[in-house]
Amino acid sequence: MTTSTNLLYLILIPLISSAILLLAGRRVDKVGHIIGTLASACSFAIGLVEFFAMQSRDVSNRAVTQKLFEWISVGDFKVDASLLLDQLSICFVLLITGVGTLIHIYSIAYMSEDRDRRRFFAYLNLFIAAMLLLVLGDSYLNLYVGWEGVGLASYLLIGFWNQKPEYATAAKKAFVANRVGDFGLSIAVMLMFANFGSVAFKDVALHAESASNSALTAIGLMLLLAACGKSAQFPLQSWLGDAMAGPTPVSALIHAATMVTAGVYLIARSNFIFDVAPTAQLMVMVIGAITLLFGAIVGMAKDDIKKALAASTMSQIGYMILATGLGPVGYAFAIMHLLTHGFFKAGMFLGAGSVMHGMHDEVNMRKYGGIGKFMPLTFVTFGLGYLAIIGVPPFAGFYSKDKIIETALNHEGISGLIFGAVALLGAAITAFYMSRVMLMTFFGKERWSNRADEPHEAPFLMAAPMVILAIGSISTGFLFTKGESLVNWLRPVVNPAGEQHLVEHYSATSISIAAIVAVLIGVAVAISKYLKDVPDVAPEKVSIFTKLARKDLLQDDFNNSVLVVPGQGLVKSLLNIDRLVIDGLVRLVGTLSLDAGQTLRKLQTGYVRSYALLMIIGVSALILTIWLVTL
Amino acid sequence: MMLVCLLGAAGIYLIPTGKIETIKKVALAISLFVMVLGIYLIVGFDSANTSLQFSESRSWISAFGINYSVGVDGISAVLILMSVILVPIVLLATWNEADSGRWSSKSFYILVLILELFMIGVFAATDLFLFYVFFEAMLIPVYFMIAGFGNGERAAAAVKFLLYSLFGGLLMLASIIGTYVIAGNQIGKTFDIEKLSTLQIDQTTQNFLFLGFFLAFAIKAPLWPFHTWLPDAARSATTGTSVLLVGVLDKVGTYGMIKFCLKLFPEASTYFTPMIITFSLISILYGAIVAIGQKDIRGLIAFTSISHFGFITMGIFAMTTQGMSGANLYMFNHAFSTAALFLIAGWMIARRKSAVIADFGGLQRVTPVMAWCFFIAGLSSLALPGLASFVSEFLVLVGTFTRYPVAAVIGTIGIILAALYILIPVQRALHGKTATGNENLADLTTREKIAIAPVLAIIILLGIFPKPVIDLINPTAKTVISNNGYSDPASKVKK
Repeated sequence: MTTSTNLLYLILIPLISSAILLLAGRRVDKVGHIIGTLASACSFAIGLVEFFAMQSRDVSNRAVTQKLFEWISVGDFKVDASLLLDQLSICFVLLITGVGTLIHIYSIAYMSEDRDRRRFFAYLNLFIAAMLLLVLGDSYLNLYVGWEGVGLASYLLIGFWNQKPEYATAAKKAFVANRVGDFGLSIAVMLMFANFGSVAFKDVALHAESASNSALTAIGLMLLLAACGKSAQFPLQSWLGDAMAGPTPVSALIHAATMVTAGVYLIARSNFIFDVAPTAQLMVMVIGAITLLFGAIVGMAKDDIKKALAASTMSQIGYMILATGLGPVGYAFAIMHLLTHGFFKAGMFLGAGSVMHGMHDEVNMRKYGGIGKFMPLTFVTFGLGYLAIIGVPPFAGFYSKDKIIETALNHEGISGLIFGAVALLGAAITAFYMSRVMLMTFFGKERWSNRADEPHEAPFLMAAPMVILAIGSISTGFLFTKGESLVNWLRPVVNPAGEQHLVEHYSATSISIAAIVAVLIGVAVAISKYLKDVPDVAPEKVSIFTKLARKDLLQDDFNNSVLVVPGQGLVKSLLNIDRLVIDGLVRLVGTLSLDAGQTLRKLQTGYVRSYALLMIIGVSALILTIWLVTL
Repeated sequence: MMLVCLLGAAGIYLIPTGKIETIKKVALAISLFVMVLGIYLIVGFDSANTSLQFSESRSWISAFGINYSVGVDGISAVLILMSVILVPIVLLATWNEADSGRWSSKSFYILVLILELFMIGVFAATDLFLFYVFFEAMLIPVYFMIAGFGNGERAAAAVKFLLYSLFGGLLMLASIIGTYVIAGNQIGKTFDIEKLSTLQIDQTTQNFLFLGFFLAFAIKAPLWPFHTWLPDAARSATTGTSVLLVGVLDKVGTYGMIKFCLKLFPEASTYFTPMIITFSLISILYGAIVAIGQKDIRGLIAFTSISHFGFITMGIFAMTTQGMSGANLYMFNHAFSTAALFLIAGWMIARRKSAVIADFGGLQRVTPVMAWCFFIAGLSSLALPGLASFVSEFLVLVGTFTRYPVAAVIGTIGIILAALYILIPVQRALHGKTATGNENLADLTTREKIAIAPVLAIIILLGIFPKPVIDLINPTAKTVISNNGYSDPASKVKK
């Protein structure tokens, strides 16, 4: 395998930049954003160089590795700090650094009023470094470091304005939910070591088929749990909506385009496990399908533009997870949707940020309306992202989502029918809630109160990234599917056996038509409801269904009553047990022995300083006893 | 090294009580000198050689076969290194802390250096009797450091600490005598650990002797349910005392388990392993849950340590190389992450004049450097990958998993609880609006920054490159495992 010495720099440059920005403190306030953006751009440049180098190599020889040093070595447990760049990871490298750099640029303007802009860029750089480590690690333990690293960066960025208590709480919630997922990843790594004697991708891949079914299922399910935490999938989804507390560029980069898709990466990377663990694979599909609908339903009722987009992200990742469960052919489609989603969703978040920027940080869409004519560029770029996500041909989302629906429907047995139907239903709901966002924000009557201050268009530094991402929303789907370029590119990694999708229960054309019809229905319903009068206060008299969706299908109430409240009770009762029972017993024994005799009490309390004497007596007694018994 | 400590303590005694600054500087210089000696010693240590090194032996009480014999293996070398690095850091970090004590600060510095002497001695002793003497003697300076320089219920806490430890010590004493008697019958009067480990002892006797040792060490460590003295002591002791108490002295407990329980009573160790793993798991989860509910920041750190000690004992008794090396590395890493937490908490408390977590709030705005240091120390405590404690915690878990998968899975729940017990106080103390009374708190001074920097550097560097310490430990850990008749479970899929 080819070795490279560049891979380390991909990670090191943003990492060092982050350290400089944090350690140098206020002294670099004036240039912090420039350093941060350059660092990200450098990584992107290296990523491009590596990409073209990889492309020029023969298909069988595309992956490159770089061994850094021996990290942990105890007995048979040997883990090197070692990087691997292959066809799968390069997709992520380009997405992370490319979209990352755009969002750095956007943030220069977006955060220009913030006194802590330097710190913000330090965190962004930290995130880029950790995320690159996540996708470049050549073993599950290296991945784990990046995995928790991005969790830390996410925690710091969600809580960037942590002087607001609810934002600090949102950050903590995200970290803890992620830790539940990390529990799964930990167990998966332990299982791999116990079964394969190694945690490196290549060793696990080599021996996966020889492991027992139960072990493979367990590993698969634990990896899925990890993915659920990181990618906000059911039942660990509740943190993502609250994570919108972070500044909007963060929502675009971390909570839409990159970090939350790490779960998809994990499953695609572990294809060698899931391909031989059918039970785990089925669970992957089930979780993907549930979350796909869950997010879509919640998205229908949200008035907060960022939370609507967050629900949409959850739902779109549900599509990706569903795709990864569809077997060897599904992985590439999952990655394709991940990449197109990276463009259009990041673009829409930046658009939402632009609207907020122009609207005094208002996020309630009921206070928007008719913004399109004041912010034409935002309107157009957001609109292109909108067309992409709902899946209108020829925009990006059409290609990628259509492939997932097609593969699901053609999956064998009754499950294919069910998952295909869910995916189609999801497409219709997506069209509905995204149209709702579009209409409430850019169309209809102006519902903001202070008319004197009209919304203003974004400055150049914010507009340029939005335009570039919009171009991506138009073109990527076409590029990836032309000549099956992405599928062929990824095949050596995710589908090495070259398995083809042969059974066609339904033709591709009929599925596309069905999908488009679903989308049109969704759009039509939205137009009939939201084109005209949108009340600027959310109506109280709504169906129980809407109420539930507004409350995120009671996810927080459920977690509170099942986990938080009993948990607090447990903490309280253990505190009391500790003080009253365990320590009580100790004190009881202590008191009893103190009362045992006057002399003893003097020794123990009054003259504790004579302990040294006591010790001498003790030692003498020891010597005496020894002498006696060994006579 | 030990001689330097002793001479140093004597030297300080000669300096007039009034010249406090001189005393402090001399004490710091001595401890730094000891540290340099210690590092020099470790550099000269041949880690591939698993027998005792730098051995020294002099006859002490020849009638009973008691020798002053010292020597180090990989495990004790690491612990001595940890001790000698911590002492100067503690002295520098808590420069003025002893000034308000009941006695002159001169006595505090004498006590610290004497304690350092005992700490080195206890890890270096290769004679059981000598170990016992150091083990018990350590109590004296700590007792005075709590009672004389602590705060709040210091007298009560000190007495509780002393009596509890004394009780454990007596149990151990009984076992020592028992072992000595058996040795007398089989191989002659000796306290030499190597020789004692060759004894043939029947299972029942072993079990009793083992329990004597183990209970003493379980109290010291502390393992649930023998832990209640620690939170009290931590709440009442000075910061420096807490660091040495939790960072170093408690490690004598887990060190003793490896050095004596496993070595002298292998069959009894196997017999009690299920029980000990159970108690370790209870410690991990119980310590973590009670930590979540702590209102006092020092109580919080104490209970997180109880949870961490659960990991250490679990790793030891898993009897795999990963568990054993991991546990040992855990002892080393834990000393530094706990030291960081205690020291920073101490500075926070000194500034705010309160130890209640809820009294802080919004510190990140007022004292960013201090807040960052606390946050990093907290991340280390929750074993964030990339920081030192992750390596040791994961090794313990993976080492336990290969032999006791269910126990490892239950123990892993601890990582979720750790996120809670760190992030909840982080939010309360550092985030949110700046609480009233905190607006004018001062950030870290240069002296404090210099003291904390090496601790954080160790935490970060050993997370990325733990090899130097792991390489010291590995051969000895492997020997311990094989001497007890264990070998690592093979991976299920044959390569």
